[in-house]
Amino acid sequence: MQLMHYLTLAAILFSIGFYGLLTRRNAIALLMSLELMFNAVNINLVALNRFVTPRDFTGQIFAIFVIVIAAAEATIGLAIVILIYRNWHSIDADRINLLKW
Amino acid sequence: MMEAMVFYLFAFLIVISALAVVTLRNIFHCALFLILCLFSVAGVYVLLHAEFLAVVQVLLYVGAVAILMIFAIMLTSKLAGREIQMTNEQTFLGLFLSFVLLFGLVYALRGTLFRIVAEGPPPQSTLQIGRLLMTDYVLPFELVSVLLLAALIGAIVIARQEGN
Repeated sequence: MQLMHYLTLAAILFSIGFYGLLTRRNAIALLMSLELMFNAVNINLVALNRFVTPRDFTGQIFAIFVIVIAAAEATIGLAIVILIYRNWHSIDADRINLLKW
Repeated sequence: MMEAMVFYLFAFLIVISALAVVTLRNIFHCALFLILCLFSVAGVYVLLHAEFLAVVQVLLYVGAVAILMIFAIMLTSKLAGREIQMTNEQTFLGLFLSFVLLFGLVYALRGTLFRIVAEGPPPQSTLQIGRLLMTDYVLPFELVSVLLLAALIGAIVIARQEGN
């Protein structure tokens, strides 16, 4: 398979995640869309690592860091979602406008 | 030929399950399709000869992040029965913008010349990655471990019940 196939797949996945990020109201669904976008970026990194610089593993190591930071993001994000739910009994992202004026 | 068929199978699974994640109404079904999508991405990593990353993907994403999502869904939505509105009023604008993004990305990819190297992947990639993580990338490696610790403590502090 050529590089362009993988990059196009990653572009499609990123756009789907972007669509979910724009249209979802549930805060957990927003975090899921973010995970899709992280995965698209990781496919890009690994594909470029495989086809352009197969000898040094820079892309794979960056992908590992992206995965770890995505895990940290999901942990904090879900903790915040649970806290918001406990206080407001809703996780509708359209109604969480405390910081908006 | 075989590789192409496997790639298209995984690509099909990824796209279908990702679409299900962003369109289905039941958030729990969304989480299950997210797990399918993450598994298929692990398959793509295997196709790209990144075996270590595929295992990390299954362990960390499917094993940890997806389960965390399901926990949060169980804790927040009063699951059965009551229908919650899942999408806002900007479906068409969002669809338009994501198509613009997709075509922009594909256009930019078509116009870019990548210097593709013909050689295959070196053997023992896991060994090489481990060596690099402990030599050249040891500073970011340690930083990321501190970040994980901070995220762990932060999550406990944020989600803890007040007063006990």
